[in-house]
Amino acid sequence: MAKPRFEYESIDSPLSPEKIPLPKKATIYFKRPYDRRDTLLLKIGDAVKTGQKLLIYEDSDVYAISPVTGTVAGIAPFIGDFGESYTALTIDVSETDTFDEEFGGSFEEPNFETALNYLKTLPGNPPLSDFADPDIHLNTVVVTALDKDLLTLTNQHMAAANVDLLTRGVSMLKRITGVHKVVVAIPQKLIRRAGAIGGASGVELRPISTDYPSALPAFILKEVLGQVIPAGKTNLDMGVSLFGAEALANLTQAFEEKQIPVIKRLTVIRKDLSKVLVEARIGTPVKEIFTALDVTLQDMDRLVIGGPMTGNAVYSDEHPVTPDMDVLMVQDSKDVSLVSDYPCINCGDCNRVCPADIAVNMLVRFCEAREYEAAADEYDLHSCIECGLCTFVCPAKIPIFQYIRLAKHELARSAMEVEPAGPETEEAEEGELAAKEPIETAEAEEAKEETAQTSEE
Amino acid sequence: MANQKRFIVSHAPFWHDGSSVTERSYHMMLAALPAVIFGIIKYGMPALAVTALSVSSAILWEAAFRRISKASETVGDGNAALIGLIFAMLLPATSPWWVVVTGTFVAIVIGKEIFGGIGSNPFNPVAVAAAFLMLSWWKYFDFNAALVHYPFDHMAVYPLSALKNFGLSSVEGLTLADLLTGKQTGGIGTTFSLGLIIGGVYLMLRGIIRWEIALSFIAGVFITATIFKANNPEQYAGPMIHILSGYTLLGAFFLATDDSSSPVNLVPMFLYGLIGGLMVVLIRNIGAYIDGTILTILLINTVNPLLDKIRPKALGKVV
Repeated sequence: MAKPRFEYESIDSPLSPEKIPLPKKATIYFKRPYDRRDTLLLKIGDAVKTGQKLLIYEDSDVYAISPVTGTVAGIAPFIGDFGESYTALTIDVSETDTFDEEFGGSFEEPNFETALNYLKTLPGNPPLSDFADPDIHLNTVVVTALDKDLLTLTNQHMAAANVDLLTRGVSMLKRITGVHKVVVAIPQKLIRRAGAIGGASGVELRPISTDYPSALPAFILKEVLGQVIPAGKTNLDMGVSLFGAEALANLTQAFEEKQIPVIKRLTVIRKDLSKVLVEARIGTPVKEIFTALDVTLQDMDRLVIGGPMTGNAVYSDEHPVTPDMDVLMVQDSKDVSLVSDYPCINCGDCNRVCPADIAVNMLVRFCEAREYEAAADEYDLHSCIECGLCTFVCPAKIPIFQYIRLAKHELARSAMEVEPAGPETEEAEEGELAAKEPIETAEAEEAKEETAQTSEE
Repeated sequence: MANQKRFIVSHAPFWHDGSSVTERSYHMMLAALPAVIFGIIKYGMPALAVTALSVSSAILWEAAFRRISKASETVGDGNAALIGLIFAMLLPATSPWWVVVTGTFVAIVIGKEIFGGIGSNPFNPVAVAAAFLMLSWWKYFDFNAALVHYPFDHMAVYPLSALKNFGLSSVEGLTLADLLTGKQTGGIGTTFSLGLIIGGVYLMLRGIIRWEIALSFIAGVFITATIFKANNPEQYAGPMIHILSGYTLLGAFFLATDDSSSPVNLVPMFLYGLIGGLMVVLIRNIGAYIDGTILTILLINTVNPLLDKIRPKALGKVV
């Protein structure tokens, strides 16, 4: 009868963030695979200013904002989760900040064009590209003052600390995006403090439950908007864009101060599960944060970015603070829980705990056997909202969550390989054939590259 | 990079509630102990010998099978010991050693391991073994013959066989208190109903067994027996005798709830239990066997995969 329940920690007033000193080196990621043959627009030794928009590839408009002033120290590939590939740019940081003027001089009034051009990588990752995507028709924006994962206070803090800023931000967001329905989802405890967000501007304020997983996208739509996302669809398909309070606050601040914010707030969960909110430059290696907080890292500890239930473990404490890093957790080696290869004993705890009512006991069997299509067709793979609760309760310690993510990843990948029918596929096939031959022609090389790109996308 | 710390990298979630298969087995065995200890006190050394042999031989069969089939060692999860213990509870205290050893062989090897081990068995291994022995050497499960030399201070006839052979009047002397406190004959671990109930409630509260199955199984027995009783009060025994004698409680709490061979969705769990309860009384009242519990368990195990297809609609499922 025992069924675990998790509650999001909630606060009723802003916290006092700890300021992390400027690092010696900062690293930022460009969301594009690194390729040595590309002509790079930046080279080692180039000077960059704080808030400067950096483009790195000639043929790509993928940009990043330099969070610091200094000189480029290195450009290297970086492989993230599921083999996603980025380009990492390291900057030697100089002690004094010089702010770049380009953004400030680029607009008169806040407008969407400028936002898209400069502010996609703001701390908090505002989902601006979705508004520009011709396939997505957004009609609602939900601003959430609750963080996705447990023990995380970043967005709650940002909502509590920036009530007026967010109120102006909501009006500004309506104006620049043309989306008129804005809903602010706020936990009960914060309503007294931050209930004024939106003011009289016709913004709906709705309470959001603090029962995990109510802040995951599927549950925000279900509980806050009363809409159920059909399996396999996302909030974007439903016309709903989800903004964290931090993203909106930074977006507003950027336009008001004519300067791109480069400071990320994040919750750090220490080994004893105590939490502290920190302010750090984007690009700060996480080890600097731990040093500043007096947390000693040891071999066999586990560093987790993105919270205890849904995050990712990273292998290096050089990993930089990124715009979407709301929470950073460190676990002592003795608290590290491990998975096993034990079979499912069919105890049914996962079915009981699943907030999406999936027959997880069956789903995991299909996923284990790599029967991904059957898993999707018969056992509701795409209904999974990725909360991780099934894995938390599994007595056999099966990595169910990872099996599910892998299944979705593999299905998406095979769909990608099948779908783009027509000339492009043919060319790609040709390329593959050619690549097997001993002499590689320039043409084949080109086609091969295209294949690589399609499969990576 | 040379003096990089080495961190553990793994997948989300990074917390676990600490439950484990081993822990579940030990809780089950702990819950069975009141009834087992009572049985050992009641029947003495022979009961202890049967229990010890059953548990140890079950462990050895599993270890041997895993070794021969070059599979990983699994006896550490306690499941084999649990199977041995529950099997011993079904047996009369005077069972010969070869019955015990054959039984655990059937339970572990035929009931569980050849299907792939824990989690893969379609039938409850203990029920498979018990059914196999009952059909092969039925006289070793005749409690009246098996326990004939015991000087009991209570009715010495196995209640269910008395009921079957001599009619309702023969068990009228049994009070509810007798049945609860073990003043009846039966298997080593099946007579002390109160102990079984305590163990069962413990397991339900801990979430080790699925309460829906256990309670609906008992409810099924209760309802069916009540209907029989209401139709012909002279011929049929009331629900309490059916629930508190024979293998009913052991079946409800320890056999029907076997993880692998029972359903996990809500409606199926209730149906599964109710069908089980119904079949127990049907077999006892109008069937050929004295106690229908073991065959009932195998029967509901058979319908389990079909039943468990009834499941809630998943979030956002498009029909």
